[in-house]
Amino acid sequence: MDALFLADDKLSAWLGELAAARRVLVPVREREAVVFRPYAAGVTPVLDRQANVPPKASVFPASEALMSFRYTKNPENLGQVAVEVHETIDAPPTVVFGGRPCDARGFLVFDRVYDTPKIQDTAYKKRRENTLFVTLACDDPQNTCFCNSIGSSPYDATGSDVLLTPVSGGYLVECASERGKELVESKLLSDGNALREEAKTVHASALSALGPAWNPSPAKAKLIEKFEDMGFWEDVSAKCISCGACTYLCPTCYCFNVTDERTGMKGERIRTWDTCMSYLFTLEASGHNPRPTKAHRLKNRVGHKFSYYPEIHGGPIACCGCGRCISLCPVSVDIREIVRLSIERPTAKPENK
Amino acid sequence: MSLQDELKAQIVKRLPELDVVIGWGQGYDSLHRTPLFITSEADVDKLVFDPLCVHNLSTYLTRYGSAKRIGVVVKGCDSRSVVELLQEKLIHRDKVMVFGLPCEGVADLGKVKRALAAKDLDMGRVRAASFADGDLVVTVSGQEIRLPMAEVQADKCGRCRYHNAVIHDEFAGQPITEAAPDTYADVAAFEEQTLEERMEFWREQMERCVRCYACRNACPLCVCRDYCIGQSREPNWVSQRDGLEEKFFFQMIHATHLAGRCTECGECERACPVDIPLLLLKRKLGKEILELFDYRAGTDPDAKPPLLNFKVQEDTINERGW
Repeated sequence: MDALFLADDKLSAWLGELAAARRVLVPVREREAVVFRPYAAGVTPVLDRQANVPPKASVFPASEALMSFRYTKNPENLGQVAVEVHETIDAPPTVVFGGRPCDARGFLVFDRVYDTPKIQDTAYKKRRENTLFVTLACDDPQNTCFCNSIGSSPYDATGSDVLLTPVSGGYLVECASERGKELVESKLLSDGNALREEAKTVHASALSALGPAWNPSPAKAKLIEKFEDMGFWEDVSAKCISCGACTYLCPTCYCFNVTDERTGMKGERIRTWDTCMSYLFTLEASGHNPRPTKAHRLKNRVGHKFSYYPEIHGGPIACCGCGRCISLCPVSVDIREIVRLSIERPTAKPENK
Repeated sequence: MSLQDELKAQIVKRLPELDVVIGWGQGYDSLHRTPLFITSEADVDKLVFDPLCVHNLSTYLTRYGSAKRIGVVVKGCDSRSVVELLQEKLIHRDKVMVFGLPCEGVADLGKVKRALAAKDLDMGRVRAASFADGDLVVTVSGQEIRLPMAEVQADKCGRCRYHNAVIHDEFAGQPITEAAPDTYADVAAFEEQTLEERMEFWREQMERCVRCYACRNACPLCVCRDYCIGQSREPNWVSQRDGLEEKFFFQMIHATHLAGRCTECGECERACPVDIPLLLLKRKLGKEILELFDYRAGTDPDAKPPLLNFKVQEDTINERGW
């Protein structure tokens, strides 16, 4: 397929075109934070740095109604109550514009869980089908970026529909999926084949800026080996304050909670993001908590991403290397360091076993 | 001997009496420090103290069982949290050893980010950072940038009355003699806006909240944590939804529960991953408490916090005079 070119001064016109028929989410600045918001004329997207909050909510909202329900009492027999249930799926046609390759790849981790031959999460699937990703390749990664170590790169188009690469005067626009074709039909885009070489240089320089990749795959076995080594987990989790910043800002963390919120005779069943860093995540009705300390919980987060998930899903790690859990952690817990230590440090054998 | 070396020597001396000493060490890049948990003399070498040691480490004091003896390194502002925790009997004096420091002010990485962004540079790409002649000197995207500390210092430092740890078992370095007045000018300026403007401001800010509770968990005095009523199912006071109401409601719970207890260390705001100016809410209550009770939290271990106390007639509240 041919490569196209979008001049800088045509960016807002193109966004306007895209936004005519769809909800277009773009990264915008609010104080010092960059978050995804619907595009409207006059909105200036922030394209020179990673957003604080990834576009996870585009497909997996922080809170969504799965269904609404209403109870009706039979006036003849008040003990008899009927319940009416309506499925509610909100899946507007959406384009996520200006996310990074790691942001789009996050949903590949979701797909293996929510869209499988055995399990189809209808609300997720509907939104996934209705959401397209126009992704911006990174030209200058941040200190916390490590996509190259988890089998990706700053220009990895997997999971995206269109890939933009910053080149002089604008962007090289390349279709990355069948579905992306409908987005690049615009007359605002011109022939960009001559800029392919320049884009390759940008890609290569971004990759080299990331420094040498390290290999997290030995962690798969090592984390299982360290499952009982609570001394290790207490050590690496000592500074963790048990907030949910790492999980809520993670493009691959997909856990949720379901609550029936009822007022009088009607209500909604809502699904909300949940976080395994919280004590409440595993608190059982009996009062027992199988993960009573932050050491147990951080062990789960790291173990799930680098060991259990790859074990269950045939290899892929549940991490996209975006580094938000490091850069936005209030106390700089570094998942790269924990994975590295899990591989390097000898495992303490539990006593009396 | 440098202040840092003096502190290290004090920790080495006292470490045999303690299970752990909490200080700061080098973080993942040159601009970040990270809490350091010292259990051996070898760990002491990793200790760092400079204006990038932003964390209030006293937040960890309530996370250990009462059997442990904990050492904690504190700046002036952090030490007030230790005092407040003692006042409320949330920690025991004989289980805590305080390594106090004088502090001339810490950097606000939000301001560093803004200062670099104004030059089209990204803080996330800083390769080297050091301090020279009152400047924070950073190397980023091939350029060396000097940021005057006066410009990137945390706001709380500019109005700091307590540069020196107000409580300590060991004190390293020379106490700082000056103290700035705090007139709550920031709160007064904010309140010059109309009610509608203020509401609109908070609406915009709260919209970003992801309910991660970093603000709550970074707070040294927000001690309910796992049992917080903002999150609990029994009682289920706050919905699980992510609407503005829930976010606002939680922040109101957080702020009001800290009235008369908050030492305005600003950890809530620093911890927020989406830069919501949460300290302003706490400052408003701090101002009210100061005016009503002439009280500043965490300055006197023997004082009773006003809202944990009962007086038939408060000194500064005219209850029957109208």
